[in-house]
Amino acid sequence: MNPGNLLKVAINALKRNKMRSFLTMLGIIIGVASVITMLAIGQGSKKSIEDQIASMGSNMLFVMPGNMRMGGVQQGSSSSQRLTVADIKAIKTECDAIVAVSPEVRSSGQAVSGSSNWPTTIYGGSEQYLEIRSWSVVSGRNFTDTEAEGSAKVCLVGRTVADELFGEGIDPTGETIRFKNIPFKIIGVLEEKGQNSFGQDQDDVIIAPFTTVQKRVLAQTYIQSIQMSARSAEESELAISQVEEALRRTHKLRENEDNDFEVRSQEELATTMTSVTEILTILLGAIAGISLLVGGIGIMNIMYVSVTERTREIGLRMSVGGRSVDILLQFLIESILLSVFGGLIGIVLGFGASAIVEALTSWPITVMWSSVILAFVVCTVIGVFFGWYPARRAAELDPIDALRFE
Amino acid sequence: MKTIIDITSLKKDYHVGEVTVHALRGVDLKINEGEFVAIMGASGSGKSTMLNIIGCLDRPSDGIYLLDGVNVAGMSKNERAAIRNLKIGFVFQSYNLLSRTSALENVELPLMYNRLISTKERREKAIAALEAVGLAERMDHMPNQLSGGQQQRVAIARSLVNDPVVILADEATGNLDTRTSYEIMSLFQELNSKGKTIVFVTHEPDIAKCMTRSVVFRDGHIIREEDIKNRLNAAEMLTALPVEQD
Ligand SMILES: Nc1ncnc2c1ncn2[C@@H]1O[C@H](COP(=O)(O)OP(=O)(O)OP(=O)(O)O)[C@@H](O)[C@H]1O
Ligand SMILES: [Mg+2]
Repeated sequence: MNPGNLLKVAINALKRNKMRSFLTMLGIIIGVASVITMLAIGQGSKKSIEDQIASMGSNMLFVMPGNMRMGGVQQGSSSSQRLTVADIKAIKTECDAIVAVSPEVRSSGQAVSGSSNWPTTIYGGSEQYLEIRSWSVVSGRNFTDTEAEGSAKVCLVGRTVADELFGEGIDPTGETIRFKNIPFKIIGVLEEKGQNSFGQDQDDVIIAPFTTVQKRVLAQTYIQSIQMSARSAEESELAISQVEEALRRTHKLRENEDNDFEVRSQEELATTMTSVTEILTILLGAIAGISLLVGGIGIMNIMYVSVTERTREIGLRMSVGGRSVDILLQFLIESILLSVFGGLIGIVLGFGASAIVEALTSWPITVMWSSVILAFVVCTVIGVFFGWYPARRAAELDPIDALRFE
Repeated sequence: MKTIIDITSLKKDYHVGEVTVHALRGVDLKINEGEFVAIMGASGSGKSTMLNIIGCLDRPSDGIYLLDGVNVAGMSKNERAAIRNLKIGFVFQSYNLLSRTSALENVELPLMYNRLISTKERREKAIAALEAVGLAERMDHMPNQLSGGQQQRVAIARSLVNDPVVILADEATGNLDTRTSYEIMSLFQELNSKGKTIVFVTHEPDIAKCMTRSVVFRDGHIIREEDIKNRLNAAEMLTALPVEQD
């Protein structure tokens, strides 16, 4: 039989049992739709984390005290206090792949203005801190290096802090707030960043010169971490090795000693964070994949029923000259049609479901074309694979036995 | 006269577990073009087995079978399918039409398996075959909208459509009442008068008398072969039947 006729015969057979065909396809429809949606959600959350990390700053690197890679064992205070201003100076002078560097110290506490108060976090940095974090000041100005080095009691406030202490939308530049009873003059308001993907409000911050935070708020001289910008993303590997070299020297580490600090890049951080969502995506995808498999088994089941039901038809087709291969193809095409058609509906449904999830979560969910193509290929393979055995059984029937079948 | 079927010492054994059933025990049979042969005999005597082998649905265990001059005994499954497609027309007792498929499409079926025939040609031939059995105006009807006799006519049209060298009918009137049986027989006689070779298995002596020769089987042997004298004309028989009253 020629391909056109085979297709027509298969379509007619499916049309004859519309409800059954639809229910059989439903397994595939649900499987494909969930695979596509799950992968889209996974991809979306990954992208949202990546965007978040990218918005933290450009080509950012961090130095953290202690060796975080040592199996996550809690480090003693001695190791968590090993970064100093001397390290910053060394990085500034020795590492040419680093274009900006700033210490970071932070402390949580109550910010007070008049009768209002608000629990928030104060971050201390140098003038370059904002540049590294790709943050800008929308009203007022950033503090200068002189202020940063000289413990000036000035600060920048995030939009949330300004709103909570002074009222919605009010520009508090020039006002004074107290943080842990230390008065800070507000010299600027930070650009609004909104929530990050973990739901934290990024505007709930105060940024002040690190020396002020160290001496007046924390009363110590250590630095909690160092933040830097590499000249370019490509040079971040080079920058890491330069920083490691510089810090090993300032920390006077011998050849055989491990680093007592850790340098990590934004990409590494991104990789760590996204690896979690990747595992999740794989899990969700696998569960969805199982439902696709179950759908395939549904097709196989119905094809077996169909072959048995139509045994006499098979016998008749053989008696008028149908060869085994004609019969095989007839049933195989039927099962491929079921799975591919189900797959197409599933793809459409997957797009719809992804759009709904996007509307609900505001994650940048995009259905990947690769997953659509994958779904399509998998459906075809399922059709062939699960249709093969029933079709073979039909093709191997003996025409006389088939004609006599009751 | 051309010989269409030439069978020499044909045997067919079935093996069911330990038991071997000798369905045909050495049959010689020649059927010439234009003959209308009745195959008769008791139940289990091997009539259907014979017909299936003639129709290349089954293969003999031993013996020689020349169909239209070609030895088909040793052919492969696919070769036999091709022979059936081009040279054989089957009519079954239970019609065997595809359900929910129009009469026309049912008749087209054998031609669907012939790649050399175009869609248009297929349609034309199918319509011509339906015309030959007098059902052209019912071609869009589904089998369940047709009476048994009409369904059998569709099946006959299907057996004609590929212009086979022989039409094989296995108790083709077995499911029909007397009147309809004669209608069908009159159709077969008409086809035979136009030169079709027909081999027809039947239990009914009346029906057999409509044909040209009878071959009687018993226990896998042919026990009697004779030309039919006083051949009946099915159309005349039909008019002679008492008109049904209600
Ligand atoms: N597939 C088979 N397996 C085993 N034995 C078979 C098979 N087909 C037929 N037979 C046996 O072969 C013998 C001939 O059977 P066949 O069907 O040819 O009889 P028949 O003359 O057509 O009978 P009926 O008039 O009842 O149709 C019987 O004994 C039957 O049991
Ligand atoms: Mg029989």
